[in-house]
Amino acid sequence: MIESRRLALANIWVAISAFGVAAAMALMQALSRADLDLPWRSERMYYLSVTAHGVLMAIVFTTFFIMGLGYVVTEKSLRRPITMKKIAWGSFWVAMIGTLMVAWAILWGKASVLYTFYPPLKAHPLFYIGAALLVIGSWGWCWVIVDTYLRWKRENAGARTPLPVHGYLATIIVWILATIGVAAEVLLMLIPWSMGITEKVDPIMARILFWWFGHPLVYFWLLPAYVVWYTMAPKVAGGKLFSDPLARLVFVLFILLSTPVGFHHQFMDPGVEAGWKLFHTFNTMWILFPSFITAFTVIASFEVAGRLKGATGWFDWLEELPWGNPTFSSVALAMIMFAVGGFGGAINASFGMNAMIHNTAWVQGHFHMTVGTAVALTFMGISYYLLPKLLGRELELSLLARIQPYLWFAGMLLFAVANHLTGLAGMPRRIYQFEYAGSQIADQWISGTGISALGGVLLFVSAACFVAVMFATGLAGKKQEQPAIEFAEPLEEPGDKVRILDRMGLWVALAAVLIVAAYAVPIIQHLSAETFGSRGFSPF
Amino acid sequence: MNVDFYEKIWMWAALGIIVVFLASIGFTTFGMAVQPPSHVEMIDPETVRTDPEFSQPGVTVHEDGSATVVVQAMLFAFLPNEIHVPRGQPVTFRLTSPDVIHGFQIVGTNGNTMVVPGYVSQFTTTFSRAGEYLIVCNEYCGLGHHNMSAKLIVEDMASGTGGAR
Ligand code: HEM
Ligand SMILES: [Cu+2]
Ligand SMILES: [Cu+2]
Repeated sequence: MIESRRLALANIWVAISAFGVAAAMALMQALSRADLDLPWRSERMYYLSVTAHGVLMAIVFTTFFIMGLGYVVTEKSLRRPITMKKIAWGSFWVAMIGTLMVAWAILWGKASVLYTFYPPLKAHPLFYIGAALLVIGSWGWCWVIVDTYLRWKRENAGARTPLPVHGYLATIIVWILATIGVAAEVLLMLIPWSMGITEKVDPIMARILFWWFGHPLVYFWLLPAYVVWYTMAPKVAGGKLFSDPLARLVFVLFILLSTPVGFHHQFMDPGVEAGWKLFHTFNTMWILFPSFITAFTVIASFEVAGRLKGATGWFDWLEELPWGNPTFSSVALAMIMFAVGGFGGAINASFGMNAMIHNTAWVQGHFHMTVGTAVALTFMGISYYLLPKLLGRELELSLLARIQPYLWFAGMLLFAVANHLTGLAGMPRRIYQFEYAGSQIADQWISGTGISALGGVLLFVSAACFVAVMFATGLAGKKQEQPAIEFAEPLEEPGDKVRILDRMGLWVALAAVLIVAAYAVPIIQHLSAETFGSRGFSPF
Repeated sequence: MNVDFYEKIWMWAALGIIVVFLASIGFTTFGMAVQPPSHVEMIDPETVRTDPEFSQPGVTVHEDGSATVVVQAMLFAFLPNEIHVPRGQPVTFRLTSPDVIHGFQIVGTNGNTMVVPGYVSQFTTTFSRAGEYLIVCNEYCGLGHHNMSAKLIVEDMASGTGGAR
């Protein structure tokens, strides 16, 4: 029996609902970009919708799913119930109320500031207060998981931290380090300013704090997906984890490298010196390393699965893998997409080349491959595995579940490739349409946006399949005892090897040193320079 | 920690790739002086419209043939909205905003910067191909964001003549 099952389910249902709503909005956006005449199409609706889609997908869907999965993973791999159930429920409701406030502000047209909410664009105060509550709720979740872990550690002196929890602790550390930035931005700057208590905010300071948060946010999404790739997917494939210590090393590297890199989102900003941008760029490149290791280790774990089933040749192990199992195919396709998207990321992050693609549709193509597929498709895949077990029901509509990951992959390929190309051809992101006073240059983008719209339709159908399978399972799945949740065993138990990798306190301290090195001087310089600040504007 | 032989090779290769990336960034930055626009200069957004420089946006072509372009990016237009600059000469753009954040992107070139209220963005570039270019705002700035554009015309010019309109 899973003790935290109701808690996990509550979080996951919120995530799935947010995903469904956001996917419907996305369809409208993708069609609008191709200049199709939709009913109620207007710039007001478009920017409202992009704000809602960005917030619902990037913040609400991901955070609630990560929290739900976190409860299950913690309880199952520590083999003990989570502590502080009341705090866990309280946190859920705080996050939920925050989400409703944000949704209210957006849907009433009072917060079309996009999910990056750069001041001096000014939204209704409830937008910022809601966002703060969502983050505070997630901190409550962090506290519950960490407390449970510490309790377990006392009860099991000397035992190795199970790898899934190791990965989740890394996720929590990255999240806490990240949210310090956005909490400072929202609590100290934006809430007082939007309520009229202060008159002005400095837009560059706000951007520095936002991107202090914005990049590690990416790893907050990605690390739980890595937990699935390392510890659950190999099991589903019928294999073993190829290397336990390397997986631990990967999570530790993310703790160290996730945060001191934010300026790579501000290459084009004035008011930030080139030297500091370069320093953050150098840090950024090292982040490729843990992902390279992950690619090898996870693929090798799948190879182990194929060989256990009797494959002996170079590539025939691939045929032995369970491609018809939606959990496995989702993860495998997510990884393929991530490999391609990662190379685009290296271009985004390079100092010189960024100018070609900054804020163009290329970026939109890039993050739909990474968070929009590597992470989102992994979460969908693991939902097919998890939900029946949490509900004690059979998966319904399993044929839809089986084709859904492939449909997503195909749709995303069209969508992402088209957006990368139109981005290279100069089309900005976040635009309702591209008349540009009849410019012929802009006319050339239409074929790209057409293909992207076609991809959007496939993606929407795929998203609808996923949501349908989930709700059908929840409402009508046949009640039946389900097999237990299991994690992949490593080929070789870690034993006492590199125990230092489990010493999270040490890694937090080192990460803090790196953050201070990357941010202390530029922030102090910025605060001591004479800046003027801006009043708010709400041109929406 | 004993690491599998092939994985070791892979890890070294990954490190190699990263070092190549770093070296190429280092080379373009220091060897070729390619840098993103990172000018640090402050201006009060409330005085942009009365500022001696920014209240007179336009192009100045200098004695040596180079040019300076002063641009105001605002809700939802660029001033001036038709910019004539000399071909093959360094052109320095100076931009600011009296209201929200905008982007300034010369489509098909690497001319690209954020325009942030309170700050002056500055970058220098050279256009080798004559012709008409599209300038777009690439940072969401409100409901008219997608209408915010301007024209850049690169042409052969005699030095010392103005190009603003
Ligand atoms: C149903 C599949 C999806 C489709 C068709 C789709 C399509 C789009 C489109 C057309 C835009 C607007 C771009 C613009 O005007 O700049 C957009 C923005 C965005 N999407 Fe998606 N998307 C999908 C799924 C996802 C997923 C799964 C995620 C992440 C988990 C995601 C995250 C985002 C984000 C963060 C933005 C940026 C909003 C902004 O620029 O402020 N999308 N998407
Ligand atoms: Cu980043
Ligand atoms: Cu704009």
